[in-house]
Amino acid sequence: MADSEMIMTGAEMVLKALAEHGVKHVFGYPGGAVLPIYDEFFQQDKVKHILVRHEQGATHMAEGYARSNGKCGVALATSGPGATNCVTGLMDALADSIPMVLFTGQVPTHLIGSDAFQECDTVGITRPCTKQNWLVKDVNDLARIIHEAFYVATTGRPGPVVVDIPKDVQFAKGTYTPKDGVIIKSYQPQTKPDAKAIEAAIAMIASAKKPVLYTGGGVINSGPKASKLLREFVELTGIPITSTLMGLGAYPASGKEWLGMLGMHGTYEANMAMHDCDVMINVGARFDDRITGRLDAFSPHSRKIHIDIDPSSINKVVRAHVPVIADVAAALEAMIAAWKAHKHGLDHAVLKAWKAEIQKWKDVDCLKYRQSKDVIMPQYAVQRLYELTKNRETYITTEVGQHQMWAAQFYRFEEPNRWMTSGGLGTMGYGLPAAVGVQAAHPKALVVDIAGDASVQMTMQEFSTAIQYNLPIKIMILNNHYMGMVRQWQQLLHGNRMSESYSDSLPDFVKLAEAMGGQGVHCDKPADLDSAIMKMIETPGPVIFNCEVANLANCFPMIPSGKAHNEMLLGADITDEEVGTAIDAKGKQLV
Amino acid sequence: MNAHQQATGSAYFIDTTKKVVETHTLAVVAANQPGVLARIIGLFAGRGYNIDSLTVSETEHEKHVSRFTIVTSGTASVVAQIKAQLDRMVLVHSVEDLTVQGNFLARELAMVKVSGQGDKRVEALRLADAFRARVVDASTESFVFELTGKPDKVDQFISLMVPLGLVEVARTGVAAISRGPDAMKI
Repeated sequence: MADSEMIMTGAEMVLKALAEHGVKHVFGYPGGAVLPIYDEFFQQDKVKHILVRHEQGATHMAEGYARSNGKCGVALATSGPGATNCVTGLMDALADSIPMVLFTGQVPTHLIGSDAFQECDTVGITRPCTKQNWLVKDVNDLARIIHEAFYVATTGRPGPVVVDIPKDVQFAKGTYTPKDGVIIKSYQPQTKPDAKAIEAAIAMIASAKKPVLYTGGGVINSGPKASKLLREFVELTGIPITSTLMGLGAYPASGKEWLGMLGMHGTYEANMAMHDCDVMINVGARFDDRITGRLDAFSPHSRKIHIDIDPSSINKVVRAHVPVIADVAAALEAMIAAWKAHKHGLDHAVLKAWKAEIQKWKDVDCLKYRQSKDVIMPQYAVQRLYELTKNRETYITTEVGQHQMWAAQFYRFEEPNRWMTSGGLGTMGYGLPAAVGVQAAHPKALVVDIAGDASVQMTMQEFSTAIQYNLPIKIMILNNHYMGMVRQWQQLLHGNRMSESYSDSLPDFVKLAEAMGGQGVHCDKPADLDSAIMKMIETPGPVIFNCEVANLANCFPMIPSGKAHNEMLLGADITDEEVGTAIDAKGKQLV
Repeated sequence: MNAHQQATGSAYFIDTTKKVVETHTLAVVAANQPGVLARIIGLFAGRGYNIDSLTVSETEHEKHVSRFTIVTSGTASVVAQIKAQLDRMVLVHSVEDLTVQGNFLARELAMVKVSGQGDKRVEALRLADAFRARVVDASTESFVFELTGKPDKVDQFISLMVPLGLVEVARTGVAAISRGPDAMKI
């Protein structure tokens, strides 16, 4: 390309770089400090801009987009309030390791520091909630920085980054740097495992009597190949497998060795297997507190192998006997090769005894709940949704709370990248905009946000975005007229005093959907549930399904705060008194 | 089996055993770019780590790198976490724990202002000489001494100056480097 073709304005560089990185969708909202970039959007058709209603929505859409197709999500906001509105989405992406590039406009360089209109210290505010961020002061640095931003966001442990571009830099002309050859000397994440670590891991697994695989979001982040390799490794070894909330779908729920999700609202069999195992193989998970329960009683008899791409995850909360720093796919590939070359392998009789033990825990049927003829049980609603959508290409997002846990427990994921939920940060209001992002990435697929009545109101306005772009998302609200998880904790911890956790003055969700230009569906009887779900699915365009469920149902099984994996509360026949006394004084102080 | 070895950092960590707090001197080489200092300090503030001393300056202009010397304290697992968190930063080239390597030099510079007259003034000058502190400013009723040495030597000198009319101290914080022929990898 002639040199003169590489001379362009900063705003042109942004669009050129987006095209060079294969970006198809940008979720954004215009404002004074990004007008030059918006002017460029107007004059091209390679990158589609999706206009959101609030910048937080843009960030969650970018997250949903990224999680459902493995590409980098891209969002765009103006300076000041535009940037600050993105903070929640950035932190959410950081907590869940989601690749995202956020572009923000900034006041012109000569006004920075003058408390100008819509000025804020964007790089200062976003520093702790990004993997890296940049303020671009010279247009000649802009293209290189954008390439670095994409590289940092998508490699190593993925995460969000921010590129803050002052308005004068968007107008200024400079030289565009192509993306090839841009490297960051100080940033070279290790992806290939150490051969000795793999050898030690395989030897440890081969000597196990009660092995368990504990997998996490790292498997999903590593790409579809990692899920394939994980399935192959399980098939090869016959080791029982559980997953965190973030890792659902990496191993199919119909798989022979599947134990269900583990952790606070995980299954009894998964948590008991974790507690009693002698070798734990952590693949791309981070021993989060929702997983471990009480740490000093966490899996007390096991030796632990920990595969993680981020060295700071190793030994952060739980000591790893064999740390493997690597990308999950690379580590699994090496482990499969080493396993095949290994002479002995697991003792089948011993493994069979371990599985018999696990079967006893499975027989407890921990997800059992009391069915009702009069009201829709929320668990039942998710079960029916699963049965009626399992043969379609379905993507599920959620908000945060009881409905999220029921979705995780009762929707059975067979493939990776089909499940988008806010795990680490626990952001209410994530699911609706995330669904918009997923639908943009998969226009033909069925995208359902399993929502709660409280959460969904936090980012309700993005339903309008779905209408504008005819993104036919389906919002299934499990409406119990409560912030259910808040209420559950008040019942557990605070003498059943339900302080401010009742959802008063709820909108008529059907009318709300119609007012915004979509369709509404309502159902409050178990007998009508299937037809209501089918109506939601078959109605064209965005739909809100107000599914009235049992108001006081609680989410079980549960590891109460401050308790260990083998001290789970089971749900089916629990009394109010047992709920009220489940957590002791020490546990009450925890979150 | 894990409990006694764990770092704090989980909501479920209930530990009653006492843990030994160690002081470590870290050398950190980072790209000399805007925000890198803020990011490093933010890490310590945000995760509740201690900074006993932090010094930073550009060390190689052509390579655009700065070197930080950070003196921090914590249990062994906290210090390990600090190093891992620093090392994973995009702009950090390398992190070395000089305390673990052993055999390193740590120096700091102090300027110490002592005001007074008569015997105390004479005694201050005599002690300064014993500590090899230089007089960098003098008036009929004051001295400014410049002293370089290990932090505890500086501490000791300052405490000796207190009864002799110490009025002001400026210290640089610690700069540290390993002994021997090997250089830190970048």
